[in-house]
Amino acid sequence: MGRQLTYKAAVNEAIRIAMRKDSNVIMLGEDIAGGAGREEQGIEDAWGGPYGVSKGLIKEFGNKRVFDTPISESGFIGAAIGAAMAGLRPLVELMYVDFAGVSFDQFLNQAPKLRFMFGGQVIVPITVKTLMGCGWRNAGHHSQTLYSLFVHIPGWYALAPSSPHDVKGGLLAAIRNDNPVILFEHKMLYNITGDVPEEDYELKFGKGEVKKSGKDITVVSFSFLVNRALKVAEKLEKENISAEVIDPIWLAPLDEEIILNSLKKTGKVLIIDEDNPRCNMATDVAALIATKGFDYLDAPVRILTPPNAPVAYAPILEDNYMISEEKIEKAIKEILN
Amino acid sequence: MDLSSVKLKEMLRQMLTIRYFELSVDRLYREGKIPGGCHLGYGEESTGVGVIAALDENDYVFSNHRGHGHCIAKGLDTKLMMAELQGKATGYCRGRGGSMHIMDVKKRLMGTTGIVGGGIPQANGPALKSLIEGTKEVSVVLFGDGACNQGTFHEALNLASIWKLPSIFVLVNNHYAESTPVEYNCNIKNLADRAISYGIPGVSVDGMNVLEVYKAMSEAVQRARKGEGPTLLVLDTYRYAGHYVGEPEGYRTDKEIEEYRKRDCILNFKKYLIENNILDENEYNLIDAKAKKEIEGAIEFADKSPIPDVSDIDTDVYV
Repeated sequence: MGRQLTYKAAVNEAIRIAMRKDSNVIMLGEDIAGGAGREEQGIEDAWGGPYGVSKGLIKEFGNKRVFDTPISESGFIGAAIGAAMAGLRPLVELMYVDFAGVSFDQFLNQAPKLRFMFGGQVIVPITVKTLMGCGWRNAGHHSQTLYSLFVHIPGWYALAPSSPHDVKGGLLAAIRNDNPVILFEHKMLYNITGDVPEEDYELKFGKGEVKKSGKDITVVSFSFLVNRALKVAEKLEKENISAEVIDPIWLAPLDEEIILNSLKKTGKVLIIDEDNPRCNMATDVAALIATKGFDYLDAPVRILTPPNAPVAYAPILEDNYMISEEKIEKAIKEILN
Repeated sequence: MDLSSVKLKEMLRQMLTIRYFELSVDRLYREGKIPGGCHLGYGEESTGVGVIAALDENDYVFSNHRGHGHCIAKGLDTKLMMAELQGKATGYCRGRGGSMHIMDVKKRLMGTTGIVGGGIPQANGPALKSLIEGTKEVSVVLFGDGACNQGTFHEALNLASIWKLPSIFVLVNNHYAESTPVEYNCNIKNLADRAISYGIPGVSVDGMNVLEVYKAMSEAVQRARKGEGPTLLVLDTYRYAGHYVGEPEGYRTDKEIEEYRKRDCILNFKKYLIENNILDENEYNLIDAKAKKEIEGAIEFADKSPIPDVSDIDTDVYV
C-alpha cells in the first residue's frame, strides 16, 4: 500500500503542483480562501473552500493568484474565460454544479464555442471544478449530477474520477489541457482514501480504466457509483458471478473502445448513472452499444438511474433516489438469469 | 485636448470607413449576398472611434452584436471582415462566425458576440491579468442599453469595482433595445447613475460628439492605468438603421430619426475640423474617397473569395 490520501487532499495536492509549476495558473471561486484571505490577517484562509479542499493555497500562492469571489458565477466565470483568452490558465471552483444555472450562458455559449466561432484564433484553457451528487441531504438545489448537460455541448471536455489517485492525475491533466475542461467531484468521494503517489503525474486523456476484470457481465459506471459497483462485484465473486467494472473516468471524450472491448467479452451490460434519466451518460453509452456493439449483445442493455424527479430532502426519499448496492446487485442478477 | 491633426484626420477616416462599410452591408444584405443576421451601427460611428482612439494597441476591446465599427476602429482589415460577413473561407473566422462573431486576437479585438451582455464579464479577464502581472493594459467592453439590464452587467461592474480592475465599461445608449425604448426598460433617467451602486465613476457623454467621447474615455483610461479601478461611460447616441437589417421597424418615428440625423456625428466632426482649420473641403473629399475605395476593395475581395471547405465543419472545436 502506498501513501494514503483522501480524495479532497488529492485535489488540493494537484492544485498545488499545477500552481507551483506554472505561474499562469490562478484560482477563483466563492470562499476558496474564506474570509477573503485578508492581508491584515496574514493572508490566511478561514475556510480553504467550504469543505477545506483549497486549504492553504492562499497562504502558499498569495492573494494575487488565489481569489475569493463574490457569489456571482456569471461574473467570475466570465472573467476566467476572458483571462484564459488573454493567456492565463484559470482554475475556477463552481461550488455546486447546481449553480451553473445562474451562469449558464458562460458554460453554453462562451467557453466552449469561442475557439470554434473565432476560427481557431484563441484557446480557452479554463478548468472548472465542481461538486455534484446526492448523499448530503441537501435537496434539489445542491444534489444534482448534471454532467450530461456539459457533455452535450461541443467544446467541453469533462471528467468524473472515482478515486483519489484518478482525481489528482485527472485534475493535473485538465489544468494543462488547452481546452475548457470541467471536473466533477462527487460529494460522497471527498473523504474516501486511497493510494496517491507523491509525484506529478497526469491521467491519460480520454482513457477509461477496467477497475475490476470479469467475464460474465460488463458494468459501466461513473464517479462515486463506480465504488458501489466495485463493492457489489467483489461480493458477487463469492457467488461465482464475475462482473467487469468499467470506469470511463472521462465523460468527454468517452473511451468507447474500453466499453466495446469489455462487451465483446461478456455480451451483457449494466450501465449505472446518477444523472437524470433522460439524455444522460447511460443513454449515451446505450446508444454507443446499439450503434457499434449490437452484435456483441447476448441480452438487452440494462440501465440503472434515479427516477425522473428532482432530488428530495428527507433521508428515506434521498436514499431511495440514489442507486444502492442492493439495486445494483439485483439488476446484475436479473440480467444474468 | 492632446490630439494631433494627423490623429484627428485618422479618426475621421475611420468614421467614414465605418459609414461606408455599414451602408454597403445594408445593400449587400438586401441583395442576398450576406446570408445571416446583421446589426448595423451607422449613426454611432463616434462611439467606437472615440473610445478606441483613447487606447493603445495593447489594450483589449470586447465588442457586441453591433460591433463592425469597433472592429474597424481597432484596426481590423475590412477585407477580412467583409469576407467573414459573406461566410467566406478568407474571413476573420473562416466563415464560422459571421457578423456577430468577428475577432482578431492579434489586434486584441476580443470578439463581437451574439449574446446580449454575454461578453461583459469576460472583459474583466484581461484586466485581472494586468492586475496580477502589474502591467498597464486596460480592458474595455462596449455594449448597449439593452445589455445594461442583464445580470452580467451588474456582476461585472461589481467584480471590477471590488478588485479595482483596469476595466472600462462603455454603455452605448442608442435608445432602443431591439424595439423597446430605454425609458421602458430602465426606471432611471441617467443610466450612469448605475455606477453609484458600485462606488465607481459613472460619466454621461454626448455620444454623437467623437471628441467628447475621446475625452471622457481618456480620463477613464488614465484612472485604470493608475490602478484607480473601473469606470462606467454612458454614450448617448442613435442608430439610424433598424435593430437588424430588414426588420419591420414601426417603433420610432421618421421625425425622431431626422432629428438625430441633424446631429450626425460625421458631419459635425467634419464641421469642427474645418472650422478649426484642421481640414479643408478638398482634403475631406480625399479622405472620403479613400474610405469609399477601401470598402469597394473589401467587397471585391469578399466576392472573389472562396467559400469554406465542408471539411472545416468541425475543426477547431477542440485544440
